[in-house]
Parts: sequence; structure tokens; C-alpha cells
Amino acid sequence: MGREVAESCVDAVVIEMVSAFCQKFYSAEPELAARRIEAIGYQVGHQLVERYTMDCPRFTDHLEAIKFICKEFWSELFKKQIDNLKTNHRGTFVLQDNMFRWIARISPNPLQENSTESSTPNNDNQAAQTTSMHLYFPCGIIRGALTSLGIPCAVSADISNRPACSFVVRIKA
Amino acid sequence: MAPVVPRSGDAVFANVERVNAELFTLTYGAIVRQLLTDLEEVEEVNKQLDQMGYNIGVRLIDEFLAKSNISRCVDFKETAEVIAKVGFKMFLGVTATVTNWDVEGTSCSLVLEDNPLVEFVELPDTCQGLYYCNILSGVIRGALEMVSMKTEVTWVRDMLHGDDAYELRVKLIKQVPEEYPYKDDE
Repeated sequence: MGREVAESCVDAVVIEMVSAFCQKFYSAEPELAARRIEAIGYQVGHQLVERYTMDCPRFTDHLEAIKFICKEFWSELFKKQIDNLKTNHRGTFVLQDNMFRWIARISPNPLQENSTESSTPNNDNQAAQTTSMHLYFPCGIIRGALTSLGIPCAVSADISNRPACSFVVRIKA
Repeated sequence: MAPVVPRSGDAVFANVERVNAELFTLTYGAIVRQLLTDLEEVEEVNKQLDQMGYNIGVRLIDEFLAKSNISRCVDFKETAEVIAKVGFKMFLGVTATVTNWDVEGTSCSLVLEDNPLVEFVELPDTCQGLYYCNILSGVIRGALEMVSMKTEVTWVRDMLHGDDAYELRVKLIKQVPEEYPYKDDE
């Protein structure tokens, strides 16, 4: 294990980043905010994989590359592997992390002790939007990582089953 | 109640959840790069990084106080030492040195030789005015404000600009003593 920093450093900068892009820079254009957040994740994933695979030959097929993401890559980032990998053998993979480490950061408890906010439709909407904004970051990381391995794709996330998070990877033909 | 012993920076760092520093370095770098693309003006990016740092500092102080068991610092000198030895260590895994105190003891330098934020970073010619690590100055300012110290934090040396270390000048502008609603028992 190389050099380390406190996890709260990463959490802090990502929370600030999502907040800045959503509320400050592109408050009226959530689409653009989402793209920026995803792009930042993409950079991170791309560069991480470039470094990890410097001494290794390229993977022979898509499945090998996806398995790398599920095992070595995920371990470097989250100290655990992807728990469940599914595929339809037609270019779609679902990577499920049963205890996604960033869940707590992504969707903090909306009803906090000293908050007088109740669960109104408006607040729920807000919370849902913030959550989906945060998810663009790990989606971007995966997309950047796979692109770096020569696999262009689209990645989306599903946390309807938290604390599990499923990442759906659709490989572009 | 038994006195709570303040923990050393190493001890706290050993006890917090830690991650691969590369993830942090690359995430921060990608954010800075995106800000440069979107905001274009280097000065704007400096401001944004400082503001983001401030927002982080305002929240980070709680974690710092909770995990380090540091009680109230006697004076600003102690505050600076605590930031350098415990604060930096428990978050970034590195310690800073405190130097260059002024006569009044209200202004000093925090010097960092090892800085995880900047690993593998080089500034292109177009960004020479960028204070890449400006988030740090905001963090310190925000954190101290939450413990009633208004400060000014500026960069004196920056290795990305060719200097031999990172040096932050921290100046105490105003200290607002906390007011208790009732007297101490002792």
C-alpha cells in the first residue's frame, strides 16, 4: 500500500466539488453540472488505470478488463472488491458493490437531529438530485478506467438498494 | 471526569479511515483542471479553491476536535503547533514546521516540504499565477474561524513555482474570546 491520506480528505473535496458545480457554476443547468462532475471522475479513472497498468500487457478481452475493474481496481479505491458481476453477454455488465463506501457521503440522512426540515416532496427532490449528482463521479471513474483499457462505454448507477450500489456498464460497439 | 489526553498526530492518523493518496491527488488535480477550463481566469480559480477550502475547514474542525482530543489552546503559538503537528498529520499524513514568528506572536509560517496534493503535478506556463494548493489556505482559515480566530492566510513559497518548499503565512487578525453563559465551577 502506497502513501495514504485520511478518507475524509477525499470526501470533503468531492462534496465541495459537487456542491460548487451544482449550486454555484451550473445551478440553472443541472445537465452541465452532471457532465462536469462525470468528466472529473473520468480524468481520475483514466489516470489511475494508466498508472496501474503501466507494467502489464493489455487485457485480451472485455471480460478480463471488467474483472480487473471489479478486483484490483476496486480494491485500490475501496479496499474491497465488487461483490457481484452480471452480464447479458451482449455488452452490458452490472457491477454490484453491496456496501458502497461512498453511500454515506452520497446520500446523507435527510432528516438530521437538529434539522427542522421534514420530508416534503421538494426536499426529497432536492436530496434525490444531490444524490444522483454525486453518483456521476464514480460513474465517471469507471468510464475513464475502462476507456483507458480501450473499452469505450457508458456507465450509470443505481442505489435503489442502498447501501448496495450497482454500476451498469454498456460497452459501445 | 478523568482528563482527556490529547493524541499525537501519528496516533490520530493511525486511527482514522485512510485511502490511497493517489485517489486524493488525482481527484484534486481533476477538479483544479476542470475549474481552469470553466473559469478560465487563474485568479478566479485561486478564489474558488480558497472558498472551497474555507467551506471544508468550517466542517473539518469538528472532526479534528473530536478525534484529536485537543482542548483549548493557550495561545496562538500553541494553535499553530497543533495545526502543523496534528492537523496536517491526521488529514494529509504529513507534518509541517512552524517558523518565523513575529515579535507579537500573532503571525507565523507553516512550512510543508512533503505535500500529497502536488504529487506528479506540474504547472503549465499558462498557469504560473495559480496557487494550486490554495484549498489549504481556505481550510486553515475556515477551521480557525470556527474556533473564534479570524486569520489571513497567504502563500510565501510554492514548490510548483520553483521554490524549495510550501510556506503559508498565517496571521491572526482578531481573536474573539468565547463567552460562557455561566461561571466555571472552579
